[in-house]
Amino acid sequence: MSSDTDAIVVGGGLLGSAIGYGLARQGLRCMILDEGDVAYRAARGNFGLVWVQSKGIGKPIYADWTMGSAERYQKFSDELADRTGINTSYSAPGGIHICLSEQEYEDRVEKMSTLTSHQNGRFKHEMLDRKAMLERLPALGPDVVGGSFSPHDGHVSPLYLMRSMQRAFVDLGGEIKNDHRVLDIKKDGEGFSVRTAHETFSTGRIVLAAGLGNKALAPMVGLEQPVRPVKGQILVTERQAPFLDMPTTHARQTGEGTIMIGDSHEDIGFDVRSTPHVMQAIADRARRSFPVLEQAKIVRTWGALRVMTPDGLPIYDQSETMPGAFTAACHSGVTLAASHAMVYAKYVAEGQLGRELEGLSVRRFDV
Amino acid sequence: MSFDIIIIGAGPAGMSAAITASDSGAKVLLLDDQPTPGGQIYRAIEAAGDKQANILGPDYMAGKPLAEKMRALNIEYVSDASVWQVTDEREVGYSTGGQARLVTAPAVILATGAMERPFPIKGWTLPGVMMAGAAQTMLKTSGLAAEGAIFAGCGPLLYLVAHQYLQAGVTISAIVDTTAKANRIPALSHLPGALKRWDLLLKGQKWQSEIRKSGTRIIDDVSALRVLGETKAEGLSVNTAGAWLDIKSEHVFLHQGVVPNVNLSFAAGLDHSWDERQLCWRPDTDTWCGASIDGIFVAGDGGGIGGGLAARAEGEIAALGALGKLGLIDTTTRDARAKSARATLSRELCIRPFLDTWFRPSDSFRVPIDDDAIICRCEELSLKDIRDTIEIGLVGPNQLKSFCRAGMGPCQGRFCGLTVQELIAKQTKRTAADVGYYRLRPPIKPLRLEELANLQIDDDT
Amino acid sequence: MFKRVIDETASDVVFDFEGTEVTARNGESVAAALLGAGVLSFRQTPVKDRARGPFCMMGVCFDCLMVIDGQPNRQACQVRAASGMKVARQIGAAELTLDQADPA
Repeated sequence: MSSDTDAIVVGGGLLGSAIGYGLARQGLRCMILDEGDVAYRAARGNFGLVWVQSKGIGKPIYADWTMGSAERYQKFSDELADRTGINTSYSAPGGIHICLSEQEYEDRVEKMSTLTSHQNGRFKHEMLDRKAMLERLPALGPDVVGGSFSPHDGHVSPLYLMRSMQRAFVDLGGEIKNDHRVLDIKKDGEGFSVRTAHETFSTGRIVLAAGLGNKALAPMVGLEQPVRPVKGQILVTERQAPFLDMPTTHARQTGEGTIMIGDSHEDIGFDVRSTPHVMQAIADRARRSFPVLEQAKIVRTWGALRVMTPDGLPIYDQSETMPGAFTAACHSGVTLAASHAMVYAKYVAEGQLGRELEGLSVRRFDV
Repeated sequence: MSFDIIIIGAGPAGMSAAITASDSGAKVLLLDDQPTPGGQIYRAIEAAGDKQANILGPDYMAGKPLAEKMRALNIEYVSDASVWQVTDEREVGYSTGGQARLVTAPAVILATGAMERPFPIKGWTLPGVMMAGAAQTMLKTSGLAAEGAIFAGCGPLLYLVAHQYLQAGVTISAIVDTTAKANRIPALSHLPGALKRWDLLLKGQKWQSEIRKSGTRIIDDVSALRVLGETKAEGLSVNTAGAWLDIKSEHVFLHQGVVPNVNLSFAAGLDHSWDERQLCWRPDTDTWCGASIDGIFVAGDGGGIGGGLAARAEGEIAALGALGKLGLIDTTTRDARAKSARATLSRELCIRPFLDTWFRPSDSFRVPIDDDAIICRCEELSLKDIRDTIEIGLVGPNQLKSFCRAGMGPCQGRFCGLTVQELIAKQTKRTAADVGYYRLRPPIKPLRLEELANLQIDDDT
Repeated sequence: MFKRVIDETASDVVFDFEGTEVTARNGESVAAALLGAGVLSFRQTPVKDRARGPFCMMGVCFDCLMVIDGQPNRQACQVRAASGMKVARQIGAAELTLDQADPA
């Protein structure tokens, strides 16, 4: 019996789109099943940093995985532009983490030192004192004590990234089915039978990349996915003339000229409201970093839910009880998009996750 | 200072609500973004005298005593106040004089009114093209009128403004009437209800006949429109009776009805429903104008189009609802006091089904025919841009927004939301109600980062 | 051309629009005063550099954005004209500069 498709990816966000694209570019017939217009899309709330310097500190496996993605990002982005004509606005001018107190600065020195120590020279950075910071970012305010700079860091438009991955996916013959929330997954011979509200599909392979939705879906393929929502709020200004040419952890200027300002970490369940108190705190930090931002007008805010795992690191798995089923979850869908498309998808096509991802399996949480 | 009721908007509904609330001893905060009260319909009413009365008419002047009454109240009325957020916990964020504040009250009445429906035709973004309501605003606030303008579209307001122009002795190049003849038969089924207000029907007829008598050129049987000009408006190209006709003018005023301005009500998290007859979203409200979130009320055109007098009545009803909820009056008193307002509301609304149907803007004007017509004015996206994006397989306006930025500009979808919804409905063969609307978030008006950072949070002490 | 059809309020306000003096009626908006002076184009858009002017006159379309007293992207229909004001077209995106006057 032939199946409807070689692979089904559940979830059309940053992970699903990247993995789907990755599978399609290897020649697999592929389908992405997505929930619909008002899903809890972490993708829409994503800041857009392709960030290395804050990832995997003390966790070499994650630091390696992140660096790998950053290293292939330009090629990945160029390939997408060639295929679709859509510019993801990726650039890697390096990035800066701003410190607003001596304590923050000392803390940062320690973190950077730890990261350097386990990366065997692969991670480069510079600690900048106030004077050095001002040379790179003249608009910094009097509260800025210093910061860390890393040449690996960059940013991208998460929405154009997603659009171009989906366009490329469709152009390669992939099918995106919107409004198809997955209700049930069953083993069906060598493959799987996937039931949505509208139809049932048969497939050889299945990848669960549904973010917070993975929690309910994973057990259907014999896996667990301990993910929980962590809210983040973001402010967006109207378009400004070029002001910030290097992304910083909490503020970056997009390709369109708008300035995105973050962030917050709130453990309050499935709540995406923009709340005045948090908005104020975000605005305050931004003007302490760049006083001139006081004049910028905020035209939009949002709250979005990060897909958070118990230790903050991604979870990648393949099912033992149902071979051919895979899961992927993380809160860094932008930074890891290149590796999701070019490496993870390759593993899925081969039927076996690579060695480098073994430490990122959900099994690490078993006590 | 702590308030019992915060009212947002000092138009007929807001002023009326303030009067009712204050009369029962409630502590009221009335916020409005204009320097003087009146909303749109009674704009600049306090400064209006005989000259305005002659041109603008008695319906406009009726707002003057209302404004006087409001001014005499012992309430906190803050003008030039831009409200940028109302939360589902009744916190109201507003800015005035460069300072942003957050104030909470047990009852909040949204009376933010309506705006004109988008009229996306080729060239509608050119300098010189404005909405008919804008022409009326210019008349009310500045006594300014454009000579030789073209008025195009449909709806009572279009004829009202044209009539006011003629009263002011201003020549109109042409009135291009896009009212669809196909609406007539469905509208007639609502005539019995409308005949109860034969006075209003007669008034409309009177404007129409005076306009005809003036010799102003009237063009109907219109199936398409395009604004002429490359860098500014030079006139209007009209497809009438199957042929294109060019009319020259520097000023083109468009209008095809008004719709509730739902940005604040959506951003507050209120439930809304699609009204297929009025072709707009309306917040769900109960018989006391109470919305889906406890303690938040919606009065006036912001809850559904009914006109100035209906808005006044709803302002009273919403205020009574709030007073009852706060225990400031008992329910028997509340119910008794609401009787007269309910009677007025009923009288004002019985003509609506007829008007809404007769003047229903046709499909061909709610969505343009030209690929290069702009749909999202702020982000400068054309019909073709939107269609190409929907083609990827999108099902809703929020996906569309995230893919091509439609609705992400400062107007927050006010001038493209309804059009985008229609386009998606057409292309994906679904109903407008099914497709939904942009997910709206605060601030609903742009807010300086400095003000937000300096946000003053008023507590109850 | 917009012409004054009700002419009873004093016109004591004089402001500067890109080097030209514009007289406004007391209490009227910058947008109305400019339209009355025959100015139809208030800005050039940031995406495609197209001319735009006031559209809704009620503060919801954001097409009448101008630089007023050094502050970019101010809705001219929502700002009351005041004597001595400096008004200019908003060309493209807003500029963040270190010396902008506080908006009144």
